[in-house]
Amino acid sequence: MRFLRVKMDELKVVTEEVPEQYRKLAGRGLTSRLILDEVPPTAHPLGPKAKLFIAPGALAGTSAPSSGRVSVGGKSPLTWGIKEANAGTPVAQSLGRLGIKALIVEGEPKDGKYYILKVTKDGTEFLPAGDLVGKGLYEAYGELKKSFPTAGFIACGPSAERKLATAGVCFNDTEGRPSRYAGRGGLGAVMAAKGLKFIVVDGTGTQPVAPANAELFHKGTEKLREAILTHGVTKPGGTLNSYGTAALINALNEAGGLPTRNFSSGRFEGAAKVSGEHLADVIHQRGGEGMTGHGCHPGCLIKCSNIYSKPDGKEHVSCVEYESDWALGPNCGIDDLDAIAEMIWQCNDLGIDTIELGVTIGVAMEAGLLKFGDAKGAVALFDEIRMGTALGHILGQGAAFTGRAFGVVRVPTVKGQGMPAYEPRAVKGIGMTYITSPMGADHTAGYSVAVEILSVGGKADPLAVEGKGALSKAFQETTAYIDTSGYCLFIAFPILDIASGFEGMIESVNAVLGTEFTGADVTKFGAEVLSWEREFNRLAGMTSAHNRPPEFMRYEKLPPHNNVYDVPDEELDKIAGA
Amino acid sequence: MNKVQVYLYATLRQFHAGAGSVNGTEIEVPDGTAISDLYRLLGIPEDQVKQAFVNGRHKDPDYLLRDGDRVGVFPPIAGG
Repeated sequence: MRFLRVKMDELKVVTEEVPEQYRKLAGRGLTSRLILDEVPPTAHPLGPKAKLFIAPGALAGTSAPSSGRVSVGGKSPLTWGIKEANAGTPVAQSLGRLGIKALIVEGEPKDGKYYILKVTKDGTEFLPAGDLVGKGLYEAYGELKKSFPTAGFIACGPSAERKLATAGVCFNDTEGRPSRYAGRGGLGAVMAAKGLKFIVVDGTGTQPVAPANAELFHKGTEKLREAILTHGVTKPGGTLNSYGTAALINALNEAGGLPTRNFSSGRFEGAAKVSGEHLADVIHQRGGEGMTGHGCHPGCLIKCSNIYSKPDGKEHVSCVEYESDWALGPNCGIDDLDAIAEMIWQCNDLGIDTIELGVTIGVAMEAGLLKFGDAKGAVALFDEIRMGTALGHILGQGAAFTGRAFGVVRVPTVKGQGMPAYEPRAVKGIGMTYITSPMGADHTAGYSVAVEILSVGGKADPLAVEGKGALSKAFQETTAYIDTSGYCLFIAFPILDIASGFEGMIESVNAVLGTEFTGADVTKFGAEVLSWEREFNRLAGMTSAHNRPPEFMRYEKLPPHNNVYDVPDEELDKIAGA
Repeated sequence: MNKVQVYLYATLRQFHAGAGSVNGTEIEVPDGTAISDLYRLLGIPEDQVKQAFVNGRHKDPDYLLRDGDRVGVFPPIAGG
C-alpha cells in the first residue's frame, strides 16, 4: 500500500511509502489522523493550506461482504472543524485493489484551471477538465464513461465550483450513476478549491486485496456473512432489502420523532405517502426500470438502495433513501414522492448533500421565502443554485448561513451542520450524538437510534435521558472503528444482536491490518480517533459552547410528546470529554 | 369495549388489508385486550413482530389497550 501525494501546484503525483504510524489505519481513522498531522487547524478550508484526503476502508478491495466504503476527509467549509464523510461505491474497491492507502490532495494549480487526475495500475496522469467544467454530473459522467469505459469516477459538481458548503464528493454506483455521496460538510468545495474536478480510477488488471492472514480473514468474513444473512433487518427480503432505509419514515412518525416542517413537530400527516412501504409499492406498480434491493457496490449482501421510476416506468433517480426522502419531504411539509425524487436528482446533478439542502429549504420556508408543502416552489429553488444567483449562493451555503441571512431563530444545526432525520427532543440519545460529535450534527456518527427506536442491540425509552450518555459515547466510538474498517455501517445492526458477527468483523479487520484487536479494543480505538478529531477542533477554535443544542430546542416543546431537549450541559461535556 | 386505531407496517402489512393500509383501521376490542391478543385477532404471527408503539411509546405485548389508543406494529426494521 502507498500514499499518492497529489501536488496540484506542480501537477505532479508523488508516490510515498506509508510511514509506520499510519500502517494500521485506513478510512476515517487515517483521514482524521492525517488532517490533524498535516492541516493547520486555523487554515481556511478553501485556502492553499487546506488539503483533501481520500482513503478506502481497510477491507475495501477484499472479498469481505458489504465492505466497499471510502472516506473523504478535510477541514469542513460548513462546520470549520474536522470532517470525514464516507460513501459506498465500486471506486472504494478499485482504490484498495490499486494498493492506494490514501490520496492526499494539496496545493492549487497555478493557472487556476480545473484538472482530471487519472489513476491506473500503470501510474497517474493529469488531463485538463476542459468543457466538463460547469456541466451537471449526469452529463459529465456520461462523457467520462465514453472516454474511460472501464473506470470509476470521483467528482465535485457545479455547486462545488461555486464553493458552496453544501457540496459533497460524488462517487459512482455499480452501474456508473453519479449517486453515491460522501455528502456532508462541503468536502466537494474543498476538492474544487484544489482545482481537481474529477479523479478517474481504473482498477483494470488488478487483483482483489490478499489479506495478510487468509485463514483468519475467511473465518471472520464467514461469521459476518452469516450474521448479515440471518438478521431480520439485513437478510434478503428483510426490511432494508425490501423497503430501503425509508422504512424508517413510519417508524419515526409513530415514535413522534420525525422532524416535520423545520423541526416544529415530530409527526407528519403525510408520512405514509413518502414511506418506504409506499415507495416500494410505487416502484413495483410502475414497473419498468425501477427496482428495490439495489446494491451501491458489488459484494453488498444488504442491498438497501433503489431505483425510483417515473410514472412511465423510466428511471427517475437512484436512490430515494430515508435521509433524502425526509429532508426534502416531511422536513419541508412535502408529501409528493415524485417531487422528492426530482430534488434528489437535482442534488446528484449539482453535487449537493441532500440532507443539508433539505434542512436549508426547511429554514427558507420558515423564513417565509416559500410555504411549507410547496413542492413546486422547492423544486424551482434548484434553478437559483444552478444559475448561481445570489439567493442560490445563500441557500447553497447551508441551513445555518440561510438562517442568518433571513433572521430565522429556529435553525436546527450543530456546529453549523444541519440535523438529520431524528428529532433530538423525541430521541434524546441521538441528540447527544448530534451535539457532541466532532463532525457536527450527524446521525451516522453514533446511531443510538438502533437501541432507542429500533430495539436493535438493546432497548431504551427514546424520551429518557438516563444512560444515554454512555450509549451515545459507545456508539460514537464503535462507529469510528467501523468507518475505518471499510465495512458499511449497516453491518452494525446484525453485529449488535449476533455476537459471532461482531467477532467476525474484528477478525477480518485483524487479518488485513495485522492488528490483534479484541472486542474491548474496538471502543478504545474509536475513542482514540475521536480524540484526534476533537483535538483538531480545539485547535481550530471550538469550545464546549460548540457542543450545545440549538437554543430553541431548550424552550420549544415538540408535539406530540411535548418534550424540550433536557439533557444537561454537564452531561454533554462528559460525552465530549470536555 | 375500546376503539383502537391500528397500523401495520412493512412486511406485516400483508396480514390485514385494513390495518396494513395507509390509513390503518379502527378496531373495537373488549376491556382487558392486550397487544398480543390484537395480533391473534388480526392473524399476525407473533414471531414476525418486533415491537409496537402505542401513542408514540414502546409498549410490551402484555399492555392492555385503552379506548382511543393509536397502535403501530413493526417487524424488525432499520435504516440510517
